[in-house]
Amino acid sequence: MKTETLEGPPIESAERRHTGPAPARIVVGYGFWIFILSDMVMFSALFAAYAVLSGNTAGGPTGAELFNLRNAFILTICLLFSSYTCGLGALSAERLRQDGFLTFAALTFVLGAAFLFIEISEFAGMIDKGAGPSRSAFLSAFFTLVGMHGTHVSLGLIWLAFMMAQVAAKGLGAVVRRRVLCFSLFWHALDIVWVGVMTLVYLIGVQ
Amino acid sequence: MFGKLSWAAIPFHEPIPLISTAVVAAIMLVALAVVTAKGWWPYLWREWLKSVDHKRIGVMYVTLGFVMLLRGFADALMMRSQQAFAVGSSQGYLPPEHYNQVFSAHGTIMIFFVAMPLVIGLMNFVVPLQLGVRDVAFPVLNSVSFWLTAAGALLVNMSLVIGNFARTGWMGYPPLSGLAFSPDVGVDYYLWSLQISGLGTLFTGVNFVTTILKLRAPGMTYFRMPVFCWTALAANLLIVAAFPILTATFLMLLLDRYLGMHFFTNEAGGNQMMYVNLFWAWGHPEVYVLILPAFGVFSEVAATFSGKPLFSYRSMVLATLAICVLSFMVWLHHFFTMGAGANVNAFFGIMSAIIAVPTGVKVFNWLFTLFRGRIVFATPMLFLIGFIVTFVIGGMTGVLLAVPPINFVLHNSVFLVAHFHNVIIAGTVFGALAGYNYWFPKAFGFTLDDRLGQCSFWCWLIGFYLAFMPLYVLGLMGMTRRLQHIADPSWRPWLLVAGAGAIVIFCGILCQIAQLYVSIRTRERRRDVTGDPWNGRTLEWATSSPPPAYNFAVLPKVETIDAFWEMKRRRRRPATAYEAIEVPHNSATGIVISFFAVVAGFALIWHIWWLAIAGLLAAAATVVAFGWSDEREHRIPAAEVARMERTRVRLGGSA
Repeated sequence: MKTETLEGPPIESAERRHTGPAPARIVVGYGFWIFILSDMVMFSALFAAYAVLSGNTAGGPTGAELFNLRNAFILTICLLFSSYTCGLGALSAERLRQDGFLTFAALTFVLGAAFLFIEISEFAGMIDKGAGPSRSAFLSAFFTLVGMHGTHVSLGLIWLAFMMAQVAAKGLGAVVRRRVLCFSLFWHALDIVWVGVMTLVYLIGVQ
Repeated sequence: MFGKLSWAAIPFHEPIPLISTAVVAAIMLVALAVVTAKGWWPYLWREWLKSVDHKRIGVMYVTLGFVMLLRGFADALMMRSQQAFAVGSSQGYLPPEHYNQVFSAHGTIMIFFVAMPLVIGLMNFVVPLQLGVRDVAFPVLNSVSFWLTAAGALLVNMSLVIGNFARTGWMGYPPLSGLAFSPDVGVDYYLWSLQISGLGTLFTGVNFVTTILKLRAPGMTYFRMPVFCWTALAANLLIVAAFPILTATFLMLLLDRYLGMHFFTNEAGGNQMMYVNLFWAWGHPEVYVLILPAFGVFSEVAATFSGKPLFSYRSMVLATLAICVLSFMVWLHHFFTMGAGANVNAFFGIMSAIIAVPTGVKVFNWLFTLFRGRIVFATPMLFLIGFIVTFVIGGMTGVLLAVPPINFVLHNSVFLVAHFHNVIIAGTVFGALAGYNYWFPKAFGFTLDDRLGQCSFWCWLIGFYLAFMPLYVLGLMGMTRRLQHIADPSWRPWLLVAGAGAIVIFCGILCQIAQLYVSIRTRERRRDVTGDPWNGRTLEWATSSPPPAYNFAVLPKVETIDAFWEMKRRRRRPATAYEAIEVPHNSATGIVISFFAVVAGFALIWHIWWLAIAGLLAAAATVVAFGWSDEREHRIPAAEVARMERTRVRLGGSA
């Protein structure tokens, strides 16, 4: 194996390695990864805002008074299990098992919907107590960060229903499998964000 | 029914916006009438508005950038003339209320709707050709990106006549931009137009990072990519990493304004300095998004018009990546006066000075590329030389401003204004104009008139010095930026010189328009029949001018840096064994989504909730319809490719 000098002969191993444009599945998956990275950057800006503002309660309720760890634990369980079923669904799709995909997708949907339901009722309870997003900077940051995650979950559920319809109508061709791949990347990424929310907002907040 | 919108939103009592809008509307109506009368709509719709071809999208981006340059430049002329007249007892012709909108719109437009479309347009056109591939990774997404950018530009222009624009400066700092101090629609126009176009920019970033990292001609390893592709990669990585911060920041300000939240308000624990930090955590990488592709253009121009390979390709690439990383570590130098403390300021001051090192490496590389080269003094080369000299001055004033104690004195003065115009005009704008002159023949198949191009260069260069060197002096004399009225008459001579400079730059713009007109009229004489008018080095010159929709009938095999130069040296014969080619269908997805984005954005600005919901649902339905479709590509059979290639070669295109 030769090494490359400034204008000398090319690296032979690199030449063998690089055979031209990557196949569609890799391009699509890679592109979606990059998009998820950008989404993570957006969440980190919201996390940063929460970190800056979490003490600014303006005389209103604090995290310790508002957060219910039991609730947060149930939310976490719902979402983590939905990620597990989502993974199983993606594996079924790869093995071209349509029924398996639809079953696991339905389970994922139910768990995601349960998460959303519990989260919305928690939000509603807080607003009822006068602890809405316009009460203090802390609560603005809380509702925006957690609400942004919830918005992503809602969009994910719509997307999931859409994918189930596509698989049911068209089967698991290469194009549909690529879309399933992107969806599962998205859904797992929401889990990662939730781990951050659980730790930084709830676990630290109740102290 | 119509939210805050009423007839009172139309400024009937203000002649300036009304007349300018009437003129713009008249020009647009004439253009539309001509298109209708000539029956060009089907062609325009099919071949351009629906196009997902990266070359056409690139051309549309550059066109958008130049059109918006006229708008932004009109604002500049208004500011220069106001400051020249409104001295002492005179109040000039622009009331503060209007003047503040003018400088805010000028900054917003020039950054987001001139500089960004110009660099993204050049990247769109050039990157896939230089990589030796047929399109970007996601062609329809590319069209969505363009139309979202155009949607944002349209919203900004609508603010001219329906309601008003922000009076906050282009950064929109709270609490001034909060609901308490800007209760009308100006800031909402600013926020929604930038959210919509920002989404388009983010998609561009995702698209181009994927394209450059995953789609390259066989044999094109990273260290054989043309430098422009490297700088495009760095710029798009910055887009992916920085634009979401802007989206989140504007989202928080929107929530403050629409839902009464307290991120940046004066009461209930809001923190305005957080906005400033977040804004510049995006804003500083953003200036490198603008300048890095320009560095790439100049690298290509330096090598081509010196007839030599670029000096020290590897150090150029490493310097580009160093700037890419360092750009995230200097944001605080935009607000040293915030009071973060001496140690924090020292850190950011040192980091800011360090970023001048890789930039200096690049300057020496360009100089050594020119050294002993066979220099051709065509328009792009003139822009390169003008850039090197002028940009170094701007870089040095930047290093001055990076020293915190000096910054405390010069902060918010026109010295700063002179500095960033110095780097953005001499860097990004000169780079875009060099690229425009350089790649125009590739896009349209004929060269631009060089004499008028050189005239425009000299006007831009001389005009720049006349317009901005006085601002350095005025800044040192203590003049702050954004003054609607000049209290100190001793500043006036300098302001008059600056105004004259703006007029000279305007002559440069007129020269460009004349250049385009003359070149189109005489295009038969200036046809580029070889596909390689400048004796180029990189793969975009290996195909015909203009290239076919699929760019390359057979993907080139790359063995070195400057792949096309090597092919010419070895007299490679064009391939004749063709295979079928997959070509993406054109799609109306981009323009339809963006139409509904304009509807939704306008409705949100004016609090017309039913229309906002309808617009968002319609945009979502368009996404769903596209997401369901499967038939996105069609195959051109090998025999058809062979037939098209024979015709092209007969017409003079090379392989």
